[in-house]
Amino acid sequence: MRVLRSPKVLAGSVLLLLLLLLAVVGPLIAPHSADWQADRTSGLPLAPSGRFWLGTDQQQHDLFSRLLTGGRDTLLISFLAGLFACVLSVVVGVTAGFVGGLVDDLLSALANIFLALPGLLILMVIMKPLPPSETSDPLLIGSVIALTAWAWGARVLRAQTLALRAADYVESARVIGERTWRIILFEVVPNLLPILASAFIFTVIYGIGTYTALAWLGVISPASVTWGTVLNEAQASGAAVNGYWWWYLPPALAVALVGIALALVNFGIDEVINPRLTSARTGRARGVVFRLGLTPVLKSAAPQAAPPNPAPLKEAQP
Amino acid sequence: MRTLLRRLGFYLLAGFAAVTLNFFLARLLPGSALQNALAKLRGANLDPDAIRALEAQYGTGSDHSLLSQYLTYLSGLLHGDLGLSTSQSAPVSSILGSTLPWTLGLVGTATALAFVVGTLAGIVVGWKRNGLLDGLLPAVTFFQSVPYFILAFLVMMTLGYFGGFFPYQNGYDIGRHAHLTPGWNGPFVTSVIEHGTLPALTVVLASLAGWMIGMRNMMITTMDEDYVLVAAAKGLPQWRVAAVAARNAILPTISNFALSISLVVTGSLVTEIVFTYPGVGWQIYQAILTGDYPLLQGILLVVVLTVLAVNLVADLAYVALDPRARKEA
Repeated sequence: MRVLRSPKVLAGSVLLLLLLLLAVVGPLIAPHSADWQADRTSGLPLAPSGRFWLGTDQQQHDLFSRLLTGGRDTLLISFLAGLFACVLSVVVGVTAGFVGGLVDDLLSALANIFLALPGLLILMVIMKPLPPSETSDPLLIGSVIALTAWAWGARVLRAQTLALRAADYVESARVIGERTWRIILFEVVPNLLPILASAFIFTVIYGIGTYTALAWLGVISPASVTWGTVLNEAQASGAAVNGYWWWYLPPALAVALVGIALALVNFGIDEVINPRLTSARTGRARGVVFRLGLTPVLKSAAPQAAPPNPAPLKEAQP
Repeated sequence: MRTLLRRLGFYLLAGFAAVTLNFFLARLLPGSALQNALAKLRGANLDPDAIRALEAQYGTGSDHSLLSQYLTYLSGLLHGDLGLSTSQSAPVSSILGSTLPWTLGLVGTATALAFVVGTLAGIVVGWKRNGLLDGLLPAVTFFQSVPYFILAFLVMMTLGYFGGFFPYQNGYDIGRHAHLTPGWNGPFVTSVIEHGTLPALTVVLASLAGWMIGMRNMMITTMDEDYVLVAAAKGLPQWRVAAVAARNAILPTISNFALSISLVVTGSLVTEIVFTYPGVGWQIYQAILTGDYPLLQGILLVVVLTVLAVNLVADLAYVALDPRARKEA
């Protein structure tokens, strides 16, 4: 696996593993429970000190403990959102790319509409009226966020499927009479994996941003403490304006760190998928141009034909 | 022409779907939630007329059929009627009228800046591979991977609260010692620009990477084309060769513009909330706080329709500029 030899992937993975570890172990090593309140009468947040490493909030919760506890659900929900969205992306993208014709047109149009919609706003309108019991369920929140996040992955997977469909080895399999579902399962899907990994990471970045934003705005009122809910309390008390930086900066930085770690991994995956675009070697463009972010392949908003003579990914050559 | 009509039809359909969904969304809500909201309003200081208007809007307590309610809603929309805000007892359209200019100014300026700077940087980086600027790529990607509002917090902390370089609250100076009269006068405009700097910077930083990397990759791919080779072989100066490549590489960037506009708009709205900026984003936050559902829905509908319209324009521009796009369909 060349992916693992990239320093960026290594750095990103190590950072990500550390954050995941912290999210899992955090609640166990936190000095206090998230709901513990210091015994003080003053209603003002305390600045960081030896006693409270990250100070306290207005209710005198220990913010260091809340930071350690809040990672668990935050990451769980983002990863669930990424997972569900990717399942949808694969189903839609592969179907559109493989079946083609009217099905492809319809699915592509649907994906384009979803890409054009402001997902966060729609989630606000849908989730605002839900009772707290429902908005504290990670599975439910994860799947609802996934509903607004699948289109981007479906788009790149469709383009890659189109390229693979024209590949020689898929053609050969078809000629010797291999069943379609076996071709999809054994020839197409394995070669989608690098792009799928990239799409998954991109979606998790979207997921953590979206979930934290929803929690911060108070649209969902989870029963558990997450980085987003801490930010929500900070926002409601005007922490930023009053200069209680210790209240909102740590959870904000934690979210930023997760995003950066994921982006690093994605950068490395990109280098492997597309050595031409990221290394000094020059040469003819090969295959589908793919990269992190919002700029998939040669795109017009309408479905397009497969690029001429697409080269399969390196590993795929028989 | 056929392509144009197809695109136009697609967007009209999408717009109609958005309008229709918006109508049914309110009716799909758990009924109790809406009833609660209305009950709360009856206790509030809303006059009976307003309550009747709301009931009509959400079809509670009205004996009209769903179809006639829907038709009423459609004709209201055509007259610019988006319903009534429950928290401000004012028409949603008038609230939007006073806040939209702020948002449009912010998003418009920031997006135009990010697009131009990002695309130009992308051309340079794609053309001069592995140069100094290439080292910038991981840095701009860093800004891209951090959610907008988190980046907004960081910008506000560093350049606003601790740095003190720019104000980080409100759209203009509303302090006790400021005597500003909103309008086209020097002090007010200066104040607006000062107050808009940090929010705009946040949006630029967050969206720059997308344009830059996209343009760079297209540029690298285009540099391999034969016509670029010919241009170089003709002995044209380097910058002319780059311009030939850039002209063709820029086309996909236009459709990407359409793709990412919804993310940029949403990001700008949450950025406004961090900076207490008096635009539509701040209204969203107010609507969530007060449970002002009509306002939230009205904003959503306007944003969706605006984004679709921008998409359509970008699409048409693409078709106009790229002869290949006209051939498909």
